[in-house]
Amino acid sequence: MEATGFDAWVLTLAVFLPLVGALIMMVVPKAYELEVKLIGLGSSLAALAVGIYILFQFDYGSSSELQFVVDKGWIDIINSRYIIGLDGLSLPLLLLSLLVVPLCLVYSWNHVPSPGNPKAFFILLLILSTGMNGSFISQDMILFFVFFEIVLLPMYFLIGVWGGEERRYASLKFFLYTLFGSALMIISFLALFFLSKDAAGNPLQTFDMRLLTDAAGSGIVKTTQVWIFAGLFIGFGIKVPMFPFHTWLPDAHTQAPTVGSVILAAVLLKLGTYGFIRIAIPFLPEAAVAWAPWIGLLAVIGIIYGALGCLAQKDMKRLIAFSSVAHMGFVMLGIATLTDFGLNAAVFGMVAHGLITGMLFFVAGSIKERYHTLEISRLGGLLKSVPRMGWILGFATMASLGLPGLAGFWGEFPAILSAYNPGAGLSEELFRTYMVIAAIGTVLAAGYLLWLYQRTAFGEPTEEFADHAIPDVSRNEWIAWVPFLIGIVLFGVWPNLIFNLTDGVVSSITANVEAVVAGR
Amino acid sequence: MWMLENAFLIPLIPALSFAVILFFGKRVIGSGRVHLIGITAVSLIWVLSLVAAFQWTQRVEHPSSDAIAQISVDDHGDDHGDDHGDDHGDDHGDDHGDDHGDDHGDDHGDDHGDDHGKAAMHSESGHGGGHGSALISPVVTSYSKWWSNGGVDFAIGTHVDGLTVLLLVVVASISLLVHIYSTEYVKGDRRYVHYYAFLSLFTAAMLFFVMAQNIVQLIVGWELVGVCSFGLIGHWWEEKPNTDAALKAFLTNRVGDIGLLVGMIVLWGTFGTFSIDAINTAISASPGTQHFALLVAACCLMAAVASKSGQFPLHTWLPDAMAGPTPVSALIHAATMVVAGVYMIARLYPVFYDGFSIGTSSINLMAFIGGFTALMGAGLAFAQWDIKKVLAYSTVSQLGYMVMALGVGAWTAAIFHLFTHAFFKACLFLGAGSVSHAAHHTFDMRKMGGLKKFMPHTYWTFVIATLALSGIFPFAGFWSKDEILLGAKVGQQSGYPLMLIFGCAVAFMTAAYMTRVVWYTFHGEYRGHGHPHESPKVMTVPLWILAGMALVGGAFNLPGPVLKPFGLEGLAHRVQTYAEPSVYLSGLGLSHPDPSLSMALIGLGLALSGIIVTYLYFWRNMGPKGLTERNKYAKAGYTFLENKYYLDYLYNDIIVASIKKPIANSANWFNQNVLDKAVNTAGESARDSGRWIYKWIDQGAIDGSVNAAARGADTSGEGLRTIQSGKVQNYGQLLFGAAAVLAIVFVIVI
Amino acid sequence: MLLNQFLILGAVLFCIGVYGVLARKNAVMVLMSIELMLNAVNINMVVFGVQHEVVSGQVFALFIIAVAAAEVGVGLAIVLLLYRNQTSIDVEDFDLMKG
Repeated sequence: MEATGFDAWVLTLAVFLPLVGALIMMVVPKAYELEVKLIGLGSSLAALAVGIYILFQFDYGSSSELQFVVDKGWIDIINSRYIIGLDGLSLPLLLLSLLVVPLCLVYSWNHVPSPGNPKAFFILLLILSTGMNGSFISQDMILFFVFFEIVLLPMYFLIGVWGGEERRYASLKFFLYTLFGSALMIISFLALFFLSKDAAGNPLQTFDMRLLTDAAGSGIVKTTQVWIFAGLFIGFGIKVPMFPFHTWLPDAHTQAPTVGSVILAAVLLKLGTYGFIRIAIPFLPEAAVAWAPWIGLLAVIGIIYGALGCLAQKDMKRLIAFSSVAHMGFVMLGIATLTDFGLNAAVFGMVAHGLITGMLFFVAGSIKERYHTLEISRLGGLLKSVPRMGWILGFATMASLGLPGLAGFWGEFPAILSAYNPGAGLSEELFRTYMVIAAIGTVLAAGYLLWLYQRTAFGEPTEEFADHAIPDVSRNEWIAWVPFLIGIVLFGVWPNLIFNLTDGVVSSITANVEAVVAGR
Repeated sequence: MWMLENAFLIPLIPALSFAVILFFGKRVIGSGRVHLIGITAVSLIWVLSLVAAFQWTQRVEHPSSDAIAQISVDDHGDDHGDDHGDDHGDDHGDDHGDDHGDDHGDDHGDDHGDDHGKAAMHSESGHGGGHGSALISPVVTSYSKWWSNGGVDFAIGTHVDGLTVLLLVVVASISLLVHIYSTEYVKGDRRYVHYYAFLSLFTAAMLFFVMAQNIVQLIVGWELVGVCSFGLIGHWWEEKPNTDAALKAFLTNRVGDIGLLVGMIVLWGTFGTFSIDAINTAISASPGTQHFALLVAACCLMAAVASKSGQFPLHTWLPDAMAGPTPVSALIHAATMVVAGVYMIARLYPVFYDGFSIGTSSINLMAFIGGFTALMGAGLAFAQWDIKKVLAYSTVSQLGYMVMALGVGAWTAAIFHLFTHAFFKACLFLGAGSVSHAAHHTFDMRKMGGLKKFMPHTYWTFVIATLALSGIFPFAGFWSKDEILLGAKVGQQSGYPLMLIFGCAVAFMTAAYMTRVVWYTFHGEYRGHGHPHESPKVMTVPLWILAGMALVGGAFNLPGPVLKPFGLEGLAHRVQTYAEPSVYLSGLGLSHPDPSLSMALIGLGLALSGIIVTYLYFWRNMGPKGLTERNKYAKAGYTFLENKYYLDYLYNDIIVASIKKPIANSANWFNQNVLDKAVNTAGESARDSGRWIYKWIDQGAIDGSVNAAARGADTSGEGLRTIQSGKVQNYGQLLFGAAAVLAIVFVIVI
Repeated sequence: MLLNQFLILGAVLFCIGVYGVLARKNAVMVLMSIELMLNAVNINMVVFGVQHEVVSGQVFALFIIAVAAAEVGVGLAIVLLLYRNQTSIDVEDFDLMKG
């Protein structure tokens, strides 16, 4: 059912308000720096306010239904429509995305990295925001694809202009890698468009995700499904990033400016996993079952491999980037089980990883700003020289290694748990093996994170910095970080906040998968 | 029974205290006064724990209708449903209804009428045969569905029974004493606030763990105490050895946590519930039906126990953990946290009992690990010069004892030993702290000696606790150790001879190494520098309280025959009566051995001989002095012990170092040189082919043709512009010429 | 038939006119040659008009004569001005239209 009145506009507002802000900023001369920044912050806050309105208006009783739906003509010639809507799966991710951007703006208020130019920097962040928000609410594949691609460009410039030493290499790698995935993805989208049939056997010829979810790949022979899934798999898998496709991530993270890393970790990576849950699995359930063991395998390889990669890193930011590979491995393991339990865990893991790793990147960025280095061997004694930041780093570290009571645990533990009983007739032995391997991954996670903490925070400051007076957490940093810290604790203590939302959606997805598998 | 049903308040209070100390400690309250918050909170929970314990005893003595297993069935749903939401009430009603009603109702229904209220008879009739006492069901008050996921509900709540209240009392008491003791011991510390904050957090986490309603809560509490332990071991994080020890503790525990996670998941997968009550009930209702799954679960959980409770082969972190402040060692690494593993076995005893076939075997993994750890720890204690490390290995050894006791089926003995050990070991640690406080913060026994005359209070409390640990009549340790040895001898269906031998050897060794500690620390000449002094009252009073418990703690589970002459048989086996979850264990057919005078005498004799031999060796200077210098085998053995069986080398230098360096580096190398290389090669070859295409196709062919077109236009323009002479007649010529040509063409074509 | 002779006369006159326009250097002579060409056309008009028994051919011829008079008037005025500016009426001397 379509929304009416103001409700029909809220999602559009949430998506495009930042873009409007960006457009206004473009016409304001650069000399009015404060005004430009205020407009940027204002528009992102306005979008967040809309998000909070959505939070209150959302009908939690039917979180599995799409709400605030708008369905208008867009590109009629290819039968693509402007369909947006929000359900329990999109809501947490949309809010995460809405929340992260203003915080990033606040964080970089007076600290736009070299070469400066806050106007351009803010504009890019706002465009990025539009792309991310739009991806999470699109219910039309072409619309989704457009938003998905919009995200690339600002990120490319953020890394390429404001990045570190090797920014050009990193930004190009990021851009080309993801674009490569997108190309395969769009081919799969087109294949879905042309091959999907409705229950009566008539070609659907639609990009409407709702219809494709209902069709669930009917009319497409299994071999073809597997190939289409392969395209989606690579497209989304690169974004996640899954094990063999992850190499762009450490470079992008290491080179990106702080807020770029934060957004990359907090939101961009989730586009991939979101795509799996929203598109790949419901559209092609049979292929999903065929692929699941391999996804699971790559996921657990990612867990162990990412952890080992972390242990070898000498740069703090690169280490955190590798830890993303490991953590997203848990998310993918949850997805691979094809159980509602596992998918829930995956969504929770996505939000938790967004908050925790985002927090870690914030701290890393602030350390870099103060020490001008992230080389672990040159750091040390953070607890002594910047005690509050040291504590926050310790907190984020503990959350990241999956301490119960903080958000990270409820992403990891249920993911491991779900592998005990995989759904849709998947091999129990195989997934139980994955379960044990993933559990071993938690040890390694504790290992690299605590080792990092020991080397950076414990002990005395290195001689190099012993005499420097290093400022502790600043006001802007507090404003930007506190919501993250609260979120980590809140979701850790009360995980139902997210599980409650996502449960309905993923249950219907897995029920579909089970039904399709049972029916054929 | 209010306290039992609202037991969730107990962990909540220290949790609040933690938050208050952490957020307001420095600014509002003042660094020097934060201990007041902590002590107030812990005193409060101490009182509440005692109330809970009292109410539990009342519940056992006078079981109301809902306390007895089969009747409680119906009441649970109603009682708690009103207060705390329907979902849980229903769950419980169902669980109980199915399990208790069917199984226990038949077996034990008749017992009830007779036994109930005649406490005096229990001890007698309980021996050798099943259970005499009523099957008191625990108070499980799940007050909320914590979260649900995919149709699986996760509850949060409390599980209160005798075992829980026993641990509550132990944790609260020791925590209170340690809080008080610490006000002096860590006075003026640079992180006084953090210290008290973490103590509060630890207390909260431990209490949360102890009264977990389900296995997920167990995991949560388990990890939280681990992180507190990490924080407190690394309290002085400026020095690298401390942080190394903290990391080692945390990581070793994480290794065990693999087992914990997997084991708990297997339990969940097998029984489809997280509730401890439901799992235990299900197993005791039909023992043996899920043997394989339980074996897997028990083996996995055993790994967790090994890490948390310092069992072989994951015990190596515990001695290193002594890097933390001494009161912390007393609280966390002796009395409470390290017994979490033992507690978990006791809590989920049906799992282990069935999984390891404790009832029918005469040796099993748990008993062997426990016994071996006890022996190994005792051996290592001889070769240490650091007084805290001796005590740490002693803790390892005693924990091994408890695990062994559980492994041979002596549930009550293990828990009783846990109870007594908590007090006398805390006393020993705090005594060691007092000594170090006096003797310039050293723990090296070679720099002590002769302290007896300087610090009499510390000396006497230490000696009392030593005697208790050694198992000398009538101190607390004697009673509990005796029960363990007896349990090993009798076993269940068959005895555990190997465990008995281990146990006896350990009894002897324990007495001997503790005597060595007393000699080196308090007797002889003072070998340190400065003037040692007795610690202030705030430290000695807790010592005396603990020493008092070490003296009389055994009274809580005295065997019947001892009390018979006094006519107090009704007070026999209180721990067994109150703490043992007979409602679960009865279905397993667990039996209790009859008290045996001979066994008690053997145990006592071994302990005494240990003391006497050491006494002769040190005080009377008898025995083979300098054996380790003369005899190469003895020397090799000593070196072997001194190096802790080289396990640390295995873990640190081989396993961890290989993961840290070669394996991680090779993974990184693989990443950089294979995966990334592949990507880069793809990129480079794409770039090269792009260059080729650019050069030959784009620039050569496509652009060439475009350029050629332009060049053609240029030259033809050059040619044509000469025609444009500006002379009208030239134009006319062309015009007419062209017209003529066209006319001709026109004519020809038409 | 009579038509042929008139058409041949027209063609001859036209060719003379063309020759005059293309070959003579004197601008006045060029104008006069143009008159010749126009009159060649007039002859054709009249002849075809008679042949098809329509009056429009002669009407057109009258128009052309009138326009030709005007054209010569303008043309001579231009020639006069050219002479006044350049003291020459040789068309070879004028290439202002050169590109």
